[in-house]
Amino acid sequence: MAGTAVRGRLSWQVATVASVTDETDSVRTIALDLPDWPGHHAGQHLDVRLTAEDGYSAERSYSIASADGESVAITVERLADGEVSPYLTRELRPGDQMEVRGPIGDWFTWGPEDGGPLLLIAGGSGVVPLRAILRRWQRSGSNVPARLLYSSRSLEDVIYRQELDQYRGSAEVRYTLTRRQPAGWNGFAGRVDDAMLARIAWPASERPLAFICGPTPFVEAVAELLVARHYHGSRVKTERFGGA
Amino acid sequence: MMLDGNAIGGLLLDIFATEMTSAEATCAACGAVSPVAETTVYLRGPGTVVRCRTCASILIVVTTVHGRNCVDLSGLQALHAKAASD
Amino acid sequence: MTSPVSRGFHRLSRPGDALSGRLPPGQHATADFPVLSAGPTPHTPLHEWTFSIRRAGETLRTWTWPEFMDMPAETVTVDIHCVTRWSKLGTVWRGVPVPAFLDQVAHDARYVVAFSDGGYTSNLPAQDVTGGQAWVAFGYDGQPLPPEHGGPARLLVPHLYFWKSAKWVRGLDLLDHDQPGFWETYGYNNYGDPWREQRYAGD
Repeated sequence: MAGTAVRGRLSWQVATVASVTDETDSVRTIALDLPDWPGHHAGQHLDVRLTAEDGYSAERSYSIASADGESVAITVERLADGEVSPYLTRELRPGDQMEVRGPIGDWFTWGPEDGGPLLLIAGGSGVVPLRAILRRWQRSGSNVPARLLYSSRSLEDVIYRQELDQYRGSAEVRYTLTRRQPAGWNGFAGRVDDAMLARIAWPASERPLAFICGPTPFVEAVAELLVARHYHGSRVKTERFGGA
Repeated sequence: MMLDGNAIGGLLLDIFATEMTSAEATCAACGAVSPVAETTVYLRGPGTVVRCRTCASILIVVTTVHGRNCVDLSGLQALHAKAASD
Repeated sequence: MTSPVSRGFHRLSRPGDALSGRLPPGQHATADFPVLSAGPTPHTPLHEWTFSIRRAGETLRTWTWPEFMDMPAETVTVDIHCVTRWSKLGTVWRGVPVPAFLDQVAHDARYVVAFSDGGYTSNLPAQDVTGGQAWVAFGYDGQPLPPEHGGPARLLVPHLYFWKSAKWVRGLDLLDHDQPGFWETYGYNNYGDPWREQRYAGD
């Protein structure tokens, strides 16, 4: 069994698109059929390789949107000048094929044995692995408290809104909208700053475990804010996303 | 593009045939120890450059020459992979 | 196992898009200007910036930024070719020809190594930075060269792969014997002629 798991992880395997779901105008979730998938942990990612008819190929990494035991899905944001993301978010259809390698990454993962309290901070599409972690948290019945602070440009850009709203009463989910807020909005507005963290971050004395994911400048700014709040470096895990 | 060691998990899997993002890397220049996931990584250039987040010295350079990975680890004093988690 | 074709996927720019006579083998034209680097973007303030010609550990001559700005500059339109296979056609730069610096020091060096803030280097035969081939560029597309593209000044040597055009350049070392620079040390070609597709060592 262990041998099979290693082989599945190391080599590229063919994935077939099972379904596509548009989350927002520019974000799509793609569910994949992967017959040899060895299983994954929340927070991990996979590598995708696309090959064109002329043999040209491109590889990209995407966080897995689903938790341990769930079928594999990725959530992709379309970048205007991207080469791969416009294809995945507009062209790709159920039945299409790609190659996948993974799961990858055993640093930026969470399981109930890792404890908490859990602080998840997402910038834009950085919410993808944190959504997987929150699903794992809920499905495991973990009794550590969990909070998600999710920064988006506007409410229309919030991914998984309905799902995240259903955590009300169990995990605390807060949004901050940086560019536009709808009329009557009483959530956070503007970039994550110390004043906002003062209202949502666990005190360092509780030895929280933080996961920050999003574009590099977002992650670095937030990590610095948490360290300034005396979060221990080893309990602040970061994953930086770039363009594609 | 400036990211972190999570972004080269797949590349390191290719090179080391095992998961390496949680491996502990010791910088040969300044002695700082950090998981590979937390290093600074420069991608999409002629090669992949991994730098120490503390002192910015180069830890690892990977170039792919005629389809083969060429790996320079001379910037590392040590690299300790974690035991397999599954 | 051959990779399955992903239906409908293709590279961003297709062969028909560009004037293919201007593209070296294995290159495709791009409309954007990718930012690639091997390290953090330096931010040397202009009042601290200098450009130096050195030989055998000795600085022969140094120019400050105002002195650099006083030198005769020209605007050139060139095609640039990155070894990562993108080419950008018709790029417009403003810079001082490298001979304007080298002519002010007496030398017979056969090789130069450009050195930059952050430790990057690239090596070139001295004859490849003579007239009409190489500039120290401080302007791109009518604007001051932005830091992510090598500003305040970078080397510009468009007839070779663009890794030779060292960003954040601070001077040239004059050498009698060739010495591989940064990417050359890691397996890239010592010369780097895109028209002969000299990407890697031994090509």
